[in-house]
Amino acid sequence: MLEVEELTVRYGDHLALDRVDLSVAEREVVCVLGPSGSGKSTLLRAIAGLETSSAGRITVDGRDLAGVAPHRRDFGLMFQDHVLFPHRDVLGNVRFGLQVQRVPRLDADERAGTMLALVGLTGFEHRRVSELSGGEQQRVALARSLAPAPRLLMLDEPLGSLDRPLRERLTVELGTLFHELGQAALFVTHDHDEAFALADRLVILFAGRVEQAGPPDEVARRPATPAVARFLGWNVTSAFGQRLAVPPNALTLNGTGGGVAGRVVATLRRRDAVRVQVAVHEAETLDVEVRGGDIPGVGSTVTLTVDEARVWPL
Amino acid sequence: MDRHGRALTVRVKGPRARPWLLAAVPLGFFGVFFAYPVGAIVSRGLVEHGPLDLGNLGSVVWFTVWQATVSTVVTVVAGLPAAYVLARFDFPGRRLLHAAVVVPFVLPTVVVGSAFLALGFEPSVLAILCAHAFFNYAVVVRTVTGLWAHLDPRTEEAARVLGASRWQAFRLVTLPALRPAIIAAATIVFLFCFTSFGVILILGGPTRSTLETEIYRQTAVFLHLRTAAVLTLVQLGAVVALLLVTGRALGRDVALRLRAPREVARRPRTPGERFGVAAVVATMVGLLATPVAVLVARSFDTPGGVGFGFYRALGELRRGSVLFVEPLVAVRNSLVIATEATAVAVAVGGIAAFVASRARRRWLEGILALPLGVSAVTVGFGFLIALDRPPLDLRTSSLLVPIAHALVAVPFVVRVTMPVLRSIDPRLRESAAMLGASPARVWREVDLPIMTRALAVAAGFAFAISLGEFGATLFIVRPDRPTLPIVIYRLLSQPGSQSFGAAMAASTILAALTAIVVLAIDRFRVGTAGEW
Repeated sequence: MLEVEELTVRYGDHLALDRVDLSVAEREVVCVLGPSGSGKSTLLRAIAGLETSSAGRITVDGRDLAGVAPHRRDFGLMFQDHVLFPHRDVLGNVRFGLQVQRVPRLDADERAGTMLALVGLTGFEHRRVSELSGGEQQRVALARSLAPAPRLLMLDEPLGSLDRPLRERLTVELGTLFHELGQAALFVTHDHDEAFALADRLVILFAGRVEQAGPPDEVARRPATPAVARFLGWNVTSAFGQRLAVPPNALTLNGTGGGVAGRVVATLRRRDAVRVQVAVHEAETLDVEVRGGDIPGVGSTVTLTVDEARVWPL
Repeated sequence: MDRHGRALTVRVKGPRARPWLLAAVPLGFFGVFFAYPVGAIVSRGLVEHGPLDLGNLGSVVWFTVWQATVSTVVTVVAGLPAAYVLARFDFPGRRLLHAAVVVPFVLPTVVVGSAFLALGFEPSVLAILCAHAFFNYAVVVRTVTGLWAHLDPRTEEAARVLGASRWQAFRLVTLPALRPAIIAAATIVFLFCFTSFGVILILGGPTRSTLETEIYRQTAVFLHLRTAAVLTLVQLGAVVALLLVTGRALGRDVALRLRAPREVARRPRTPGERFGVAAVVATMVGLLATPVAVLVARSFDTPGGVGFGFYRALGELRRGSVLFVEPLVAVRNSLVIATEATAVAVAVGGIAAFVASRARRRWLEGILALPLGVSAVTVGFGFLIALDRPPLDLRTSSLLVPIAHALVAVPFVVRVTMPVLRSIDPRLRESAAMLGASPARVWREVDLPIMTRALAVAAGFAFAISLGEFGATLFIVRPDRPTLPIVIYRLLSQPGSQSFGAAMAASTILAALTAIVVLAIDRFRVGTAGEW
């Protein structure tokens, strides 16, 4: 449905987006994952028509969107911090998109009510948006974006401003909702968990460039470049011969049959595992994930073995 | 134990008791020069006997209200595009334009009146409306820009992606968010137009009267003091009612999404945007500069060619003149009076601000702000009927005019100094006190240095206000000691191209003096001393 070809956005000398290719099919959820400053928001804004591109094409079902005003594109965009209209109540916010399309008031109210029910906010119609909690605001913003039934819903770090437990719950809810509605969605995030949980397809964006695109499973198992591997938290090393991308949980400390010798330089206790940093050779340190068993002290000498089945050659 | 206890008592009481002693200064000043004259007006209007002619009250009130309403609408409509461009776009000269927009507002009303006569306007309603819009443009532009520059542009973008056109996004999202600023600005503009005196007197011609000019005519022309007093009470009532109504309307604010102006303004990008910005900027420059430029040009445009003829004429007292002294003497009078008025206003206002900033309740602030809403004509008329007989007969005192000017200026002094004083961290004073400084010493070491800049700015404002003050002065000025605005008004009301030219020259001098003072203020300005 949506095709983005060679999209380039320039701010003065700075290249915010560099020949980005991207597509979203009907009913597909695509996630753009990248560190902050990688151009994710710019990408959404350019597709929405809020940012002018200097080169490239954006088409919907083959129709070029160049020169089409944002309000005629039939896209929805949910901003990072929701951007609710402060002078309107909850219902007024959700009804807005229908109101500007001159949907009769009663129909608009009914549709808005349905949307509020969908996000679990029935009864909140006449609350002021400033009285809502962060999670409630996020739901109102979602209902508001869904109400006009956009061809494509874009979400800019939709859960970014919420605390972790709420995020995890809403991630599940969002996924269920998209699939129930068959809503095509394009969302951007820097949070791996969110991206892998929701996406049918992942696009990894670094410094305005697409580094890799594909189903989450494939990206998770086969990082295409060293940059993607590091972004996923993998080690990129030649300590085991050829240049490999090695996930921390593919390494074992003091395993049978010897291995590469190293020295523990730091340990970091996490909720469910311990991350041990091991210096090998001269200047290289590798992250090792240890679940259970003894944790060697800092300074002790260890050997590293690698699970060949879970590494990926670069 | 006893000694210790007493020392403790002194320390607790000392710093608190003294400000309340100090409060007697501003309260006494306001009591004698504001409450007492207003009381005299009430008594003259409602209690005492005398001829009372309210036959044309209806038409006067009607004209006052509708000219103020239309002036306000015109000013707001003219100001919004400028506010939009200044708030949302970054372009070369933006800061300069933002600063220059206040020029008409600081011009004395008499100068604004003569500038519009210089432009070729005949006294008419149209002239009044245009002059009011010119004069009050800055109020709308600066107030609305102040808020608009902080509104999150993404709120509008959110509306756009929900399907709203540019116009719908403005009408449904931006306009409601701007509402408090627009109401605030419109209230101030309405108030200024409602109590406008100099502009109406000069540009209204003999037949058009507002409450203000009618009070003056009843006093000076018909000597109907009782009628004038009743009109003053009507005026007072209307102003108070207006302030109450808008105060309530402003009370219903919503929390807005505010951001730093840097994130909001951007360079115009598309050719359409560039053209729109250029058009608005050109219009602004034209609107702001033309009346002043024409005024200055006409002051040099003598019958014998371009020259200083009209300025030289200011040094002579011509036969048959309405003036009793050479016009040029008025320049010296104005400067002396402004100096005296500034001294009084800064002393009274400074003490008041100091006391009010220490007080927990805000009623003193409220009292001090009262004359802001009360017109200069009320002050002048009140002085005229209250301070001309025992117990307080100041008719012949040369301090009468400076005191009236100071009364008008004190609220501004308070408004400039108060935020600065409030911003002083109380722990600074506490640590000075803990180091052994007496309350007076604390004030000298902590408050005074911080206050000096604010007081300098306040003094500049007071000086500029006094230079341009016209309404109150006209009631109480002595014919042999006129100020510049009075001379300009007298010259304008005298037929003949010679006196018209002299009025242009005098207006140019007054405008130049005001400009110098305002530029000096700008150099002292602290960033936090209010939006404008």
